[in-house]
Amino acid sequence: MIEVDQLTKTYGVLPAISNLSFTVHQGEIVGFLGPNGAGKTTTLKILTCFLPPTSGRARINGWDVSEESLKVRGVVGYLPENVPLYSEMTVDRFLSFAAQAKGVDSRKLKTAIDKVAGDCGLEKVRGRIIGHLSKGYKQRVGLAQALLNNPPVLILDEPTIGLDPTQVVEIRELIRSLGQERTILLSSHILPEVSQICQRVIIINRGRIITTDSVANLTTQFQTSRKIHLTIQGPDEEVREALLTLPGVLHVDQPYQSPEKYELEMEKDRDIRAEVARVIVERGWGLLEMHSRELSLEEVFVQLVTEETGGPA
Amino acid sequence: MKGFSAVFRRELYAFFASPIFYVVGTIFLILSGYFFYNSVAYFSLISFQAAQNPQMGGQVNLNEMVVKPLFDDMSIILLLIVPLLTMRLLAEEKKNGTIELLLTYPLRELAVLLGKYLATLLVILIILAVTGIYMVMLAGFGKLEWGPVITGYCGLILLSAGFVSLGLFASALTQNQIIAAVIGFGALLMFWIIGWSGSVAGPGIGQVVHYLSLLDHLESFSNGVLDSRDVFYYLSFSIFFIFLTLRYLDSQKIRG
Repeated sequence: MIEVDQLTKTYGVLPAISNLSFTVHQGEIVGFLGPNGAGKTTTLKILTCFLPPTSGRARINGWDVSEESLKVRGVVGYLPENVPLYSEMTVDRFLSFAAQAKGVDSRKLKTAIDKVAGDCGLEKVRGRIIGHLSKGYKQRVGLAQALLNNPPVLILDEPTIGLDPTQVVEIRELIRSLGQERTILLSSHILPEVSQICQRVIIINRGRIITTDSVANLTTQFQTSRKIHLTIQGPDEEVREALLTLPGVLHVDQPYQSPEKYELEMEKDRDIRAEVARVIVERGWGLLEMHSRELSLEEVFVQLVTEETGGPA
Repeated sequence: MKGFSAVFRRELYAFFASPIFYVVGTIFLILSGYFFYNSVAYFSLISFQAAQNPQMGGQVNLNEMVVKPLFDDMSIILLLIVPLLTMRLLAEEKKNGTIELLLTYPLRELAVLLGKYLATLLVILIILAVTGIYMVMLAGFGKLEWGPVITGYCGLILLSAGFVSLGLFASALTQNQIIAAVIGFGALLMFWIIGWSGSVAGPGIGQVVHYLSLLDHLESFSNGVLDSRDVFYYLSFSIFFIFLTLRYLDSQKIRG
């Protein structure tokens, strides 16, 4: 559906992205992940025909973005970064403009607008001027205009940025439900979001793809150790010592500034949770809590990005 | 032209929603009203004198003494106000980032530019139409020849078309509306007065310079002549700058 091949874009002499290649298949939700300035927005702008690539090709639906730009723009719904909107218009007027610009048939205009306004939770603000809306509602208006004309491909640049937590959940739900019939490429630097919505992630840094994989694969692949969290009632020093002497324990840490909470790092293939519990109970301390923690996407990401930039080249 | 009407209507809406249109329109009408009043007052003074001195009678003519100077004055006011109407056309879109929406919708860029161009022209037509009241008043009180009035308006409309196209181009150059207005005004003024150097330049260049001048081509219209050469000049002026804007937007894309 979206095919990117050796895509390069330079601003002057500064390369924004170099030799990017990836594919997004029909019906997939793919997260485009990277630190600020990694080239996410540039890539998305090329895919939506706003910027031409310096070299390389990008195809959507088999149409090249430089050669058949109009066709590509016809099938792509785009939410740009920072959600630019005509702030002097009312929501309804703006959506009606966007629908007309996207070539929605004038007889179906009203139903099309009603549908996206409903999907994005805009019913209450339809008559209001966009400039007076809160950031969250503006974001929804941006999403609504992208959904007009029911495009099979959605490209969303940081769709949940600036929203409050409940709105974030709602928008994520919306995106997930949209993804059932559409191809979605969304960029983000919020990792939990990507791990919740997307089936696959493309991690880029400094204009290059570092890795492409499913979220589950990434977290297991880069896990070098296991971590468990413990809350233990007992004399601090002795607890630490006892934990450290256990076989397979690499490291004991107290990351939460609280005397009773410990983080235990142990070898990847060794599960010593039963052992830990036994030792604590034998000493007569109170074991209040114990749970194991998967390596989060965040840690994988930091690992990858720092390897890329700081590691030996 | 797909999408043209969407852009055209949005642009009109933006004009009527912004105070710029009302302020500019009001100022235009106040100034032209003042010029109109002055011409009429002068005309009535001359008429009284002519009544006492029959030899002067032949020179008293509403079209020559009121309509023609009024058209000249209005063309100058247009020169001042059109850049203020065109400054936001693209500069505002660039500043707010909405150009990204516009250029990623399945619209041809030419449709976008023409939508903006014609919406602005229509707004100017609305302002000019109000000045038609002056002509109706003149016709009510005196003997007015409608021919030169109509050609005069044609001239002003064509002139505005040229002004708007250059203003549109100036607006494409920057995100700052004030800069767009200043560039637009400066360039228009240059095209206005370029004919002045025609007499000092050599005969060959002098002719070219005269031909380029926006002012020199207006002369025939207010004399009641609809010369196809002048019509052609204004139309090609407009097309040239719309084309230039189109090219400029493309080159911007390439440079990023």
